[in-house]
Amino acid sequence: MFRQAKWDEPLIFELSREGRVGYTLPKPIEDLEVEIPEKIRRKSKLDLPELSEPEIVKHYTRLSEMNYGVDSGIYPLGSCTMKYNPKINEEMAAHPGVAYIHPYQDERTVQGALKIMWELEQWLKEITGMDRFTLQPAAGANGEFTGVSIIRTYHIDNGEPQRDEMLVPDSAHGTNPASAAMAGFKVIEIPSNENGTVDLEALENAVGERTAGLMLTNPNTLGIFEDEILEIAKIVHKAGGLLYYDGANLNAVLGKVRPGDMGFDIVHLNLHKTFSTPHGGGGPGSGPVGVKDFLKDYLPVPLVGYDEENDRYYLDYNVPKSIGKVKELYGNFAVMVRALVYLKVMGRDGLKNASEIAVLNANYLTRKLLGTRGYELPGKKLRKHETVFSAEPMKKETGVTAMDVAKRLLDFGMHAPTVYFPLIVHEALMIEPTETVSKEELDAYVEALKRISDEAYTNPEVVKSAPHNTAVRRVDDVMAVKKPVISWRMYLELKEKGEINY
Amino acid sequence: MGKHYLPNLAHREEMLREIGFASIDELFSDVPEGMLKEFNLPGGKSEYEVFIELNETLSKNKTALEMPSFLGAGTYFHYIPAHVKYLIERSEFLTAYTPYQPEISQGMLQALFEYQSMMAELYGLPVVNSSMYDWGTSIAEAALMTVRLHRGKRKRFVIPKAISPEKKAVIETYTRGANLEIVEVPWDESGRLDIEKLKEAVEDSAGVYVEMANFFGLVEENVREIGEIAHEAGAYFVVGADPTMLGIFEAPGELGADIAVGEASYLGNPMNFGGPRAGVFAVRNDKKLIRQMPGRIIGMTRDAEGKRAFVMTLQTREQHIRRAKATSNICSNEALVAVASAIHLATLGPKGLRELGEVILKNTAYLKKRLSEVAEIPFEGLYFKDVPVKFKRPYGEIHEALLAKGIHGGYYIGKHFPELGETALFAATETTRKEWVHALIEALKEVA
Repeated sequence: MFRQAKWDEPLIFELSREGRVGYTLPKPIEDLEVEIPEKIRRKSKLDLPELSEPEIVKHYTRLSEMNYGVDSGIYPLGSCTMKYNPKINEEMAAHPGVAYIHPYQDERTVQGALKIMWELEQWLKEITGMDRFTLQPAAGANGEFTGVSIIRTYHIDNGEPQRDEMLVPDSAHGTNPASAAMAGFKVIEIPSNENGTVDLEALENAVGERTAGLMLTNPNTLGIFEDEILEIAKIVHKAGGLLYYDGANLNAVLGKVRPGDMGFDIVHLNLHKTFSTPHGGGGPGSGPVGVKDFLKDYLPVPLVGYDEENDRYYLDYNVPKSIGKVKELYGNFAVMVRALVYLKVMGRDGLKNASEIAVLNANYLTRKLLGTRGYELPGKKLRKHETVFSAEPMKKETGVTAMDVAKRLLDFGMHAPTVYFPLIVHEALMIEPTETVSKEELDAYVEALKRISDEAYTNPEVVKSAPHNTAVRRVDDVMAVKKPVISWRMYLELKEKGEINY
Repeated sequence: MGKHYLPNLAHREEMLREIGFASIDELFSDVPEGMLKEFNLPGGKSEYEVFIELNETLSKNKTALEMPSFLGAGTYFHYIPAHVKYLIERSEFLTAYTPYQPEISQGMLQALFEYQSMMAELYGLPVVNSSMYDWGTSIAEAALMTVRLHRGKRKRFVIPKAISPEKKAVIETYTRGANLEIVEVPWDESGRLDIEKLKEAVEDSAGVYVEMANFFGLVEENVREIGEIAHEAGAYFVVGADPTMLGIFEAPGELGADIAVGEASYLGNPMNFGGPRAGVFAVRNDKKLIRQMPGRIIGMTRDAEGKRAFVMTLQTREQHIRRAKATSNICSNEALVAVASAIHLATLGPKGLRELGEVILKNTAYLKKRLSEVAEIPFEGLYFKDVPVKFKRPYGEIHEALLAKGIHGGYYIGKHFPELGETALFAATETTRKEWVHALIEALKEVA
């Protein structure tokens, strides 16, 4: 049985002992007298911890031991594509030629960096069927915002400012409607049909002269390929709207199908999902956005250009209708380096193999789990890279919820699936194994889910009280909201008032 | 290639058979006819070949280790203690996702809670989120937040004219959808925010933004007064600060800030050609403000046994729950950058952060003193990191001459601020070497 480290590690502030030193610093070049005006000099207390270097290293090493990553075991979070993060990526990203270059350096002194960006763009263009990319967005949602901002500017530019409605399927990621709203759109939700795909009739009824576009991920969040995609594209385009591809699920069709060939006009990709860069506990990511030729003049500045004659890469600020900038500078460069290394290692066949095995793994897991008491599979049986089961029957029959199942999986040293998403499935368990797990890991995952089903029907308490083997037991998130403790400072205050006892 | 990442490639046929499929193609039978295609991409390579190729490409970059550089203007060369890099490369941190399952992710959650806590100390505001993309997006989100706090009835947001063009561009793009009016307040003859002009601009604005050291590196002495002017006009006060100055300069919260923003990556993270970075976002402990905050927040709570535990909290503000009505669309943030920043802060402690600030302040003063021997410094005053230097010759020529001597000069700002003429920002930090400055001044004596 899995046992996670339980260090009872205090907060770093609680480890602090006055007088300990963890740093070394160079002396100033000259010990000049520099006066800080009274009214802006720091007088308030600066309560930072004081520790020596070995103590700091032990603290964070212990914390890391109470964390679970892709390198710890299976991490099949649906829609997150938690594939293995190759170590060569890390080695190249740590190169001084990445770490120690300044974004405002003369272009002649950063030709290597610009070449990496330009090359990455060429790969992404071919993979998606788009004509031009910006690498500036820092993450998927930042990319979505870029994409919908382009759509907005495009319509205004075409004398159609009334196109202020963005269509979003009810199965979409939450970032889709949020990004559209931020760009000033009214969000119109399109229902799914019983197959779990876009309801064409509802789409027909929703489009009109106010339609700016449709945001879609294909395969969708149920892991089902939108097989009527060409119809969908026709409806949206005929109405004067643009088609936006949320690349969160690109891993299903990588190297096999291109969004550009499905009729999409704009795509965003997630380098931290599909292209193997690590998620870092929530970021950094990178969310490049690609567009068809007719939208390239709207991309954020700068783009990266290549002057073939002089074999020179350059930053191109000459983008006539650019939406501006969505992030400072050029994007998360160190993430781009990792993605390019991955692409070069994989190559054409490797990418194709990756998506094929990702789809094989998801379907293998689906078929192996199918028929297990308490879980049902809504929508079509054939899945792409991920699958969504519902624990609704289990909940009805035993009171064990999808959340309980998720927590119990942790006890087996396996990460839970995404739960309660997509919203259209009750008690959803959204599982995306990715291509980098082995058959044995898949079998063990299915076995664990089956065992949990048995437990739910025979000894539900053990599931409801899970997890038992993690660093802490079930976390009280209601208390976290009722009594917010967001920082050490707030903690001390509440502790002194006797309002908390942990 | 890439077989070495794909364990089941060896069992493809067997697995297909086991689940009743004849071929991989059958798994893709739902893809419309003609849509599957052969991609025009290079073949895969061995790890060694890619290693050599990337090394060759990257060796074309001239790094700050090989060439004295005086570039700053929002990105700075700081030294990162080695253990910081080692710790954030721990794969349990590096390869984890957002801590959706808190019980198995306590390490990351606690590390992020500690990041929030340390930034709360620096900025003097107790509620900090676990990061935005960068300083620029933090300001933009703050602008949107002040408008929401006014329920959309006020749509003006005031910024200084002496702001980084990068940040300004981000603010403009982010606030276009909400139809905000971005009002710029110019600098006065001292180079600092023109208080009289601010008083004219502040009326009916949702928020006022100021930086403790402006884009020119000039320390803004009147932060408290600016805040009072903002508050009197009913506007929220947003203060930007470089965290490396907050050991010696007063915390924004103490100077009246309702919201404070900054760039966490100046601590613990390399320049990386400008990214990744991480935006600090802090607010007062006020329910009204907290409810309108963007981004993920880590809170302390207890587990089923009453033991201390950490969890993502106050999530009803966020996109995965609130969807189109969320306070922001942000999902992935810059967690690992934030943790690196926190480890560096824990390493410095209060004394180290003060000392770092002092070394930077002194090195900046030294650079300014030496530069004033050869060129004009347009504004008198206290500088932190950046110093504007005005030349008689076109800066492009000076840049070329310096580069020919293996020195990278400052960042030309004449393009963005034509009224300043041939001016470039030269920057110093704790990494600046005396011999670099010496070489720079000698070279400038010849060419300036």
